[in-house]
Amino acid sequence: MLLALSRYESIWSAGVQPEHELSTADLSQDTQSKDKVPRVMLVDDQPARAAILERALTDAGYLVIARLPSAAGLLAQVGQLNPDVIIVDMDSPDRDTLEHMALLQRDLPRPVVMFAGSEDEETMARAIHAGVSAYVVDGLQPSRVKAIVNVAITRFREYQALRDELEKTRCQLADRRVIEKAKGVLMGRRQLTEEQAYQMLRRTAMDRGQRLVEVAKNLITFSDLLEGQ
Amino acid sequence: MPEKRHVRIGYVPLTDSLPLVVARELGFFSDEGIEVDLQRETSWATLRDRVMVGQLDCAQMLAPMLLSASLGLCGIRKQMVTAWSLGLNGNAITVSQNLFKGLATLADEHTPLGAVRALKVVIESRRRNAQPQLVLAIVFPFSCQAYLLRHWLSVGGIDPDKDVKIVVLPPSQMVEHLRLGNIDGCCVGEPWNSVAALTGVGHCIVSGYEIWQNAPEKVLGMSAEWVAHHPQTLNGLLRALHRAGRYVDENRNEAVNMLTEGHYIELPAELVNVSLNGRLMGGLSGNKPFPADHFHVFSRYQANFPWRSHAAVLLGQMQRWGSLQGDNLGPIAAQCYRTDLYRSAMSGMTSMPVEDVKQEGVHPNPWSLPGNPESVEMGSDLMIGGNIYLP
Repeated sequence: MLLALSRYESIWSAGVQPEHELSTADLSQDTQSKDKVPRVMLVDDQPARAAILERALTDAGYLVIARLPSAAGLLAQVGQLNPDVIIVDMDSPDRDTLEHMALLQRDLPRPVVMFAGSEDEETMARAIHAGVSAYVVDGLQPSRVKAIVNVAITRFREYQALRDELEKTRCQLADRRVIEKAKGVLMGRRQLTEEQAYQMLRRTAMDRGQRLVEVAKNLITFSDLLEGQ
Repeated sequence: MPEKRHVRIGYVPLTDSLPLVVARELGFFSDEGIEVDLQRETSWATLRDRVMVGQLDCAQMLAPMLLSASLGLCGIRKQMVTAWSLGLNGNAITVSQNLFKGLATLADEHTPLGAVRALKVVIESRRRNAQPQLVLAIVFPFSCQAYLLRHWLSVGGIDPDKDVKIVVLPPSQMVEHLRLGNIDGCCVGEPWNSVAALTGVGHCIVSGYEIWQNAPEKVLGMSAEWVAHHPQTLNGLLRALHRAGRYVDENRNEAVNMLTEGHYIELPAELVNVSLNGRLMGGLSGNKPFPADHFHVFSRYQANFPWRSHAAVLLGQMQRWGSLQGDNLGPIAAQCYRTDLYRSAMSGMTSMPVEDVKQEGVHPNPWSLPGNPESVEMGSDLMIGGNIYLP
């Protein structure tokens, strides 16, 4: 989801009109804001991922002004820190709070307007698939927004791939431990060598069309039952 | 035959997720040749976004959120539709123990009107004493909770945009924020009012039913594009949900066990079934039970029919509170609330109303409407303050 936090536009909002009229001073600031380095705020409950993303954004020349684990106190933070872009984890329960905040002018001097166009829709879809949502100040160059969101997408994906890999390794280790235990049971009960025990497990698995670890698990359960009697 | 055999449906854990859970657990979806994955979401915004980009096929949605997404009022604009309402009612207003004591003392009568008049007195007294504004929470800016709360406040002469501070919190965090004193009250769906009441954190003072009798709440929402490609899948889903809704109305405790034992919600059944069985006590007297048939309706009273008059009232609320301009709302209601899809799915399964719209706010008692093949029984539909909607 890409939303633009507009400083000055009020296409619509929760029924509140801008409290102050647009002044020329505001306009000049707006022009400047298109050239300055965007200030990014990260909201992510996974500190490791947020740290990776922060480094990537910093390396790419952006300014990460805050990294928050949750949106608690976000209203105050946004007011003080004035971010141009807020990157939020899609699974954050605080997204609804942010959506509402984006609609309010009373708490935030910058209402949210829609940031959409066919090109952005495509970016948005990729972002959602990667688990990234972003709130963006209106007036920021679309190319800059896209670049920042793209960095987030890449890092979120890499992080996910790392986690998947870690999970796989963890499972493999756990499997190996189960198989070792099953071999031990067979060696003890049947006086087999380690190699013989392993071959027996393997043959059973092939005969039954089961995974080796399943056979090992069954064997351990069965032997526990026997021990219990 | 369904075009899609594997369907992902998003939900936020609440009492009104019951029909989806039951349809899955009792194999009603499977009977239609559809395997359903129920994917839990922690925020409404994420649930909506996932439906929009096709990560989810459809989802349990807040009815006003579906309308606001179709209008592009927040985020990206995409035509969303519903052909199924998941039930009626299910919300309530709960306040902190402190605020409750104040209201109970000040109220001229122990009614929802008395409560809001007392609230106005509290607000004015706080203003005089330069105390901070009361903070009231809702679950999403575009939600029935927002409109029930706003309407109730306005009936008491309270301006929801000026006299109180309205914030948004996820349903599951309401009770904790109430306990911490971050909010003074909330309008939220069940079981969170019951949780607040039973843990002693808050007090349920007004039910949604007392603000709008048999009001719309969640719908099964999806993109118009998805429906165009999966008409038979939709029919199958709706047939399964029809059976599930009937089951839940008749077998509330069994349904709750499926919800809790299946870990669709991480709460004990004893908390979830309180309001479903009419055992939630509240009101300003503190001991008024909220009748079960007022709190949750899953099937009867045409609870599943996507009334375009419901959409019209909700659009009217969006307009009233400044989210929407223009007055030609009829076509929007018709584009989003696809009664034609409901009719084709339910054809031969149940009696259905002849018209797509009904009067709202005029019936103090159950009434009946011409239907096909037989007339249909409708529930009362009064609104507090006497508001009416005539098509």
